[in-house]
Amino acid sequence: MNQSVDALRARFGEAIQDHHVSCGDTYVYVDADKVYEILNWLKEEPGQEYDYLVDVTAVEYRDPEPPLEVVYELFSHPRKVPLRLKAKLEKEGDLEIDSVVSIWHGADWLEREVFDMFGIKFRNHPDLRRILMWETYDEGYPLRKDFPLRGRFSRSEQVRRVLKGNPETNYSVEEISIAKDNTSIPDDMRQRLLRGESGNIPDSASEADRV
Amino acid sequence: MGLDNMDSGSSDIVSSVSPNWLTTKLDFLVNWGRSNSLWPMPFGTACCAIEFMATAASRYDIARFGMERMSFSPRQADVLLCAGRLPYKLAPVIRRIYDQMPQPKWVISMGACASSGGIFDTYSMVQGIDTIVPVDVYVPGCPPRPEGLLYGILMLHKKIRGETLADASLRDEKELDDSGLIMPASLMDELAEPFGNSIHQTRSE
Repeated sequence: MNQSVDALRARFGEAIQDHHVSCGDTYVYVDADKVYEILNWLKEEPGQEYDYLVDVTAVEYRDPEPPLEVVYELFSHPRKVPLRLKAKLEKEGDLEIDSVVSIWHGADWLEREVFDMFGIKFRNHPDLRRILMWETYDEGYPLRKDFPLRGRFSRSEQVRRVLKGNPETNYSVEEISIAKDNTSIPDDMRQRLLRGESGNIPDSASEADRV
Repeated sequence: MGLDNMDSGSSDIVSSVSPNWLTTKLDFLVNWGRSNSLWPMPFGTACCAIEFMATAASRYDIARFGMERMSFSPRQADVLLCAGRLPYKLAPVIRRIYDQMPQPKWVISMGACASSGGIFDTYSMVQGIDTIVPVDVYVPGCPPRPEGLLYGILMLHKKIRGETLADASLRDEKELDDSGLIMPASLMDELAEPFGNSIHQTRSE
């Protein structure tokens, strides 16, 4: 067992729920409200030094009763030790948890993916948008168990909605603002990035008119 | 024979057969030219694109069919070759590429995924690119071998040789209709229905 478990219990007490070891990996369940505090401590505390956030993901189990779990996969480069933290979120609740982007910047896209696929909102995330699906996608969160495998809409409705959108909606605001500042790219490309071919990024699918 | 002699010699040959002319059908000539210089717009999204690259490389060599000039700009392309699965996120992209291609233009759907969605009967995948753009030739396979793609290309040649300039409707742009689709919604739903093994994948319905 990873000795960080005892250190976590000594430091955070009740906020650390149960733990177990499976196939050599240590799983620690922690309070969802304390996730930021605990992960920050694990990174900064001498003797812990989990400086690398390998992955953030989530799990929803087949049975309806178990809550959703947000999984944090940590690794300490100085100590060569992995650690897996899980935080439970009740399905009926808000599905909100603190973002850890300010601790590991690499959590940015990982948390966006969890938001995209599970609908879990990360408080204080700097740019919480869908990352795999397009931003105007409104069929729900594909990896939730109540999401039908083929999507909620009929195939023709899916095609109709997607053809209504324009490809420029896939540019992020950042990419467009790069176009504003960067003088080395060709003028027409900068203009296109600034406007999109049909205007600005639409707020919703209904405003996304096809060119 | 030196280079000096070449000039006088070749002009002799030319003068002996000039003026050059031949009689043929205009359709035959135009279709011969079109079918033997199809410039592909490669839209490769998955493993089919690897087979397409193999087809383009020296062993299979699509230069034999006048296709070695890949047109990475749709505006200089004749045939859109969708090699691989098409997610919904790319659907407006391939539609715009198709719209940007000038007539005459054709579309080859390469592989199971481009033709029908293949094994990806899911929320994110277009169930056949013929729901987005009109398709001329479907090449089955997962992925098709280069021979399969070449067979499809030769079928497209055959189709082109059967066309006629008299029928202007062949060159009509197949634009999206008022409903925003290229076919009636009911037909599209029918085309995109699960088939084969995937009808059993209804766990989350």
